[in-house]
Amino acid sequence: MSKTLTLAATSLALLSTAAFADGHCAAGKTLTDGKFTIATGNPAYYPWVLDDAPENGQGFEAAVAYAVAEEMGFAAEDVVWVRSSFDEAIQPGAKEFDVNMQQYSITPERDQVVDFSAPYYTAPMAVLVGPNATETEPSIEALKGLQWGAVGTTTAVPKLASVIQPDNDPLLYGDNADVNAAISANQIDAALFDLPTALFLSAVMIEGSKVIGQFPADASDNPDQFGMLMEDGNPLKACVDEAIAALDSNGKLAEIEAKWLQDTTGVPLIK
Amino acid sequence: MTKSQAAGQTRRERYEAQQRRRSLIIAASSTVFVLAALVLLVPLAPGWQKVQLSFFNGEVLLKTFPKLLEAFRINVMIFAWSAPAIAVLGLLIALARDAKSPALFPLRIFGAAFTDIFRGVPVILTVYLIGFGIPGLGLPRPWNSPYIWGSLALILTYSAYVAEIFRSGIDSVHHSQRAAALSLGLSERQVMRDVVLPQAVRNVVPSQMNMLIALQKDVSLLSFIGPVEIFRQAGVFKSLLANFTPYVGAAIIFLIVTIPATRYADHLMARQMRERR
Repeated sequence: MSKTLTLAATSLALLSTAAFADGHCAAGKTLTDGKFTIATGNPAYYPWVLDDAPENGQGFEAAVAYAVAEEMGFAAEDVVWVRSSFDEAIQPGAKEFDVNMQQYSITPERDQVVDFSAPYYTAPMAVLVGPNATETEPSIEALKGLQWGAVGTTTAVPKLASVIQPDNDPLLYGDNADVNAAISANQIDAALFDLPTALFLSAVMIEGSKVIGQFPADASDNPDQFGMLMEDGNPLKACVDEAIAALDSNGKLAEIEAKWLQDTTGVPLIK
Repeated sequence: MTKSQAAGQTRRERYEAQQRRRSLIIAASSTVFVLAALVLLVPLAPGWQKVQLSFFNGEVLLKTFPKLLEAFRINVMIFAWSAPAIAVLGLLIALARDAKSPALFPLRIFGAAFTDIFRGVPVILTVYLIGFGIPGLGLPRPWNSPYIWGSLALILTYSAYVAEIFRSGIDSVHHSQRAAALSLGLSERQVMRDVVLPQAVRNVVPSQMNMLIALQKDVSLLSFIGPVEIFRQAGVFKSLLANFTPYVGAAIIFLIVTIPATRYADHLMARQMRERR
């Protein structure tokens, strides 16, 4: 009895996969036919992916990934997760993924080498300060005097140089964990992150730290917008863009954002 | 009779000259052939254009090179203060391991443990542990600077290697020399300072040159704990421009420094071999 049931379920599943594959825009354009391969960081960080387990669909980017996949006609079990570093994502040659989601900021220079989907999130940059600098005023003037740090591979680096222009050269690190260590060791006073990451680090990772301000996302000429990274000229781009546009207009994207990203309105704007 | 015919050359000399010419021609043509194959064939690979764009992009190189050169100053600075410290500490450790007096046995144990530990642990781990760990104990600024503690990590690791090289130099001075010096009435300390060390240090100069070259490259490991030296600066450009060319630029700067240094070390080594013969 149970055997027939399993058989029926399997054939149903097979049928449904076959059904979308013909009509939908993603048909034949993915790495593996009928599967949607998404890459994320190793490790993937909260609040973008919970517990470093994107396949659970928990966390902002994991949830967006499954919503986009669904919009493109893939069932949840057809989503395949792989891991990649930034370097793997931009190296020349064939890619191991259909799309890569790890808070990639869309920049014109990167766009020459790879393709980006339409943005799925606009991230304001925020200032995280260590225990010794929590009383700093959220003004550019006050921020200049701090010893700064940032993750060297992020757009926080040019932002620091162009907007804050600190008095001392900033120290740069390989990943969030190393910036934490430097704040804990009091080697830097402040670090620049996207707001959700900054809020998470301050709430969970670094005792006594505080997010003292955010830069208005729309005020600067180049707000950080996160897009899914794809191989240059990937035919899937139109399809992904369409799915993101649909999620944007039906309010699903905003819903996911409200669910997984903390309320960011409490953080004062930096003047 | 052959002499007059060959304008001063014997038949053997003629033959050898011919052989030399032949091998010169073969060497030249094989080099030209290999180079031509590389230059002509590699660009035929289907991915070449993309590889060229990401690794050998002239525009990116031009744009990033001045900044890379500026960042290289930090490498030079860290190297400049680490190298003398390494030489001194390395020599002290080597002497500690060579201590003969039974009362100094703990010193020998310390020397052995030091070299075992710092040669056995990957440099990057030492850099992380000392660079983040010791300042994490709550040192005030500027005493928690990653420059200080990162340099210390390099100094400890490299002096372990350098100590071993010094020790091999000390061992290379024949025992009879010590005995002879002692019999002349010199103290142990005088024997070490005036007889053994001058020869030992001279013997290991070429090997120590290689350590200097290695150190020069490993200074870049300090980028992991904050200092924006050339490797980190290249990494920043890499992620902003999504292009690996800045790394190639950094490699060029490293080569400009290391190739003459390597040649010089080779020259010293060759001279030493000649002198020993």
